[in-house]
Amino acid sequence: MTTIPAAASSTATLDKPGGGMTVGLFITCINDVMFPQTGEAVVKILERLGCTVEFPRAQTCCGQMTTNSGYFEESIPAVKQYVKAFSGYDYVVAPSGSCTGAVREQHPMLARETGDTGFIREVDEVSQHLYDLPEFLIDILGVEDVGAYFPHRVTYHPSCHGRRFLKLGDKPARLLSHVKGMTLVPLPMEEQCCGFGGTFCIKNSDMSAAMAADKARHIRETDAEYVIAGDNSCLMNIGGVLSRQNSGVKAIHLAEILANTEED
Amino acid sequence: MGTELRRITEGNHGVARLTPAPDNGGTFLGMPKFQKAVKTELELNVQRKNMRNATTTIRNKRALRVSESPDWEEVREAATEIKNRVSRHLDYYLEQAEKSLTAHGVHVHWARDGQEANQIVADIAKAKGVDEVVKIKSITTQETDLNEYLEEQGIAAWETDLAELIVQLGHDRPSHIVVPAIHRNRAEVREIFLREMKNYGRPAPEDVSENPPELANAARLHLREKFLRAKMAVSGANFVLADTGSLVIVESEGNGRMCLTLPDTLVSMVGIEKILPSFDDLEVFLKLLPRSATGERMNPYNSVWSGVTDGDGPQEQHVIFMDNGRTDVLADAVGREVLRCIRCASCINTCPVYERAGGHAYGSVYPGPIGISLTPQLRGVEDPVDRAMPYACSLCGACNEVCPVKIPFTDIILHLRHRVAQAEKADRFGADKEGTVERNLMKTAGWVLGDAKHFEKVQIATRGAGKVLKRPLGPIPVPIAERWLKYRDVEVPPTDTFRTWWKKNRQEGE
Repeated sequence: MTTIPAAASSTATLDKPGGGMTVGLFITCINDVMFPQTGEAVVKILERLGCTVEFPRAQTCCGQMTTNSGYFEESIPAVKQYVKAFSGYDYVVAPSGSCTGAVREQHPMLARETGDTGFIREVDEVSQHLYDLPEFLIDILGVEDVGAYFPHRVTYHPSCHGRRFLKLGDKPARLLSHVKGMTLVPLPMEEQCCGFGGTFCIKNSDMSAAMAADKARHIRETDAEYVIAGDNSCLMNIGGVLSRQNSGVKAIHLAEILANTEED
Repeated sequence: MGTELRRITEGNHGVARLTPAPDNGGTFLGMPKFQKAVKTELELNVQRKNMRNATTTIRNKRALRVSESPDWEEVREAATEIKNRVSRHLDYYLEQAEKSLTAHGVHVHWARDGQEANQIVADIAKAKGVDEVVKIKSITTQETDLNEYLEEQGIAAWETDLAELIVQLGHDRPSHIVVPAIHRNRAEVREIFLREMKNYGRPAPEDVSENPPELANAARLHLREKFLRAKMAVSGANFVLADTGSLVIVESEGNGRMCLTLPDTLVSMVGIEKILPSFDDLEVFLKLLPRSATGERMNPYNSVWSGVTDGDGPQEQHVIFMDNGRTDVLADAVGREVLRCIRCASCINTCPVYERAGGHAYGSVYPGPIGISLTPQLRGVEDPVDRAMPYACSLCGACNEVCPVKIPFTDIILHLRHRVAQAEKADRFGADKEGTVERNLMKTAGWVLGDAKHFEKVQIATRGAGKVLKRPLGPIPVPIAERWLKYRDVEVPPTDTFRTWWKKNRQEGE
């Protein structure tokens, strides 16, 4: 894992810790197509904190669908495309622990499959500048209170890749603790996977559904109105089950909570 | 005692046998692959409840023991390094172990595979003229299906570990490597004891209750006559110490020591990776193993057997060092890390897939994260059962965190998925239809994601779908999508992607 570069420039002010810093947004394919509102929320937060957000159009996807299915050769084009889009950025932010983990951990592994030393060096460099949103806010910008307001009862599911591969720890909880008007209820068995697992949910659909059903049950036990997570893939799984059960509990991305202010 | 061994047909698929037949006789290969097998297992509500209760209890006990060990991370690191050293110099340590064992009067045998190892055991039994052996719980002998091999040779193998006894009498297979009867509850155990014990020895008392001490007592009495009668015992080993030539066995019931009290001959079947360089290394491993495995600070019985002693214990000892695919694992730079495994099962206990599937669905005596990382390496990826195994995982990574020897399970699982995908590509014919569909899908994905223009073209389709379809989508019978929609609703794609939003709202700013 990368070492975290020195934090925000000295020109940063308290309410604009971004200080004009340029940030590349890696929207990720699933958010681009299915959850554009999450991307809009990230842009809103980063701009509110004084960052200049750029969206390199060459970007596509982290390649997890092929990589995690064992099709490494088929993933190389996605790695190349990522390098093409984000080469030269000091800071790239993605609203996904899973895709961030894939870029930082899997891209260097995949590059080695090519045996191309120049490409390996390039990937080793470019991949390590990507941050999941909570990492960027806390480790780089040094903010926990992003001025958010969300007057609801919520619970938080720490999705596996953020929790275990990025080791986010209490960073999402610290960000959520400053959201005004919100009641955060602990989620029983929060450490257990929701069962999404990328192609796992298709290849092992019955097992995946059994895991998702248990996750949904624990969420309902909290009487929360919303379940929050840092990955829309997990939320699509969890939310899909909650919707089928007519539970009334809505799934929402962490970025959308943090973007919401009293003015909205 | 003079008890004659009897051949029993009842419950054994019409075959007269000395020992209870497992319902899935013979090899694991040929069983349904995980995705199919798991459908049946998920329906077993009692088993699911038993598994959930048991794994939650063990997980919590382990976490407590780790929390009271301030040097846990250092000990994990030490164990990892010791085991890496063993792998690096395996040839050296094996020869050292052979010399030390031989010097202590132990006969050392080498087996290339399970068949050879089984045959060595049977040959020793025949040479001693015995028709039954008592067994100390050993996963290695289950890997080779020793009991079934001995049964074919007319030799009865009696399991003496309580959980293994429950499994054996239940015509069952172990579903866990430390607690083999984890899928059973006390009511089921009582029913099995009442039904089966009478066929294979001393019956269970007719009034035995579901109370665990009463059940344990029934097992104790049933096993006692076998301990007293047996002339030969078979074990595995947790560790073999190269410098002192000692076998180390940790256990909870004392049945291991019972197997040493009377039998004249002890045969231990050991995987070649079970070596530790020296006695001193036990301070690391005897700290990690019980805490990781059962959440105990120490196992109730820790035995170190260093060869034959006149007038005490077995007078003839054999150790079989078995490869059975392990050198293939060692040759794989990514996969070899799995050889550090000390069979504590903490990965299994923490795995959300295992907790719901149970151990039988995997098609290997090694289930869960260790099973899907090890088995396809030992057996190769030719059989559909082995090809399915690396995919029985959501890549949540919980196993990586608890492993006492820091095996990077998810890295190895990905590596094995790559091996499977390569094998699928190499098989142009004969692969199942799903494989072909998947290959084409992945090829297409590579094309779509390799160029933003291709990616944007596909988005025209998703935006179009968003305009046409009603939302959210309920259960509809579309292949593949149906697997998702059977259990979950899905919002149809919005008519605007993020890309189009950016174009409309920010493009001019660039």
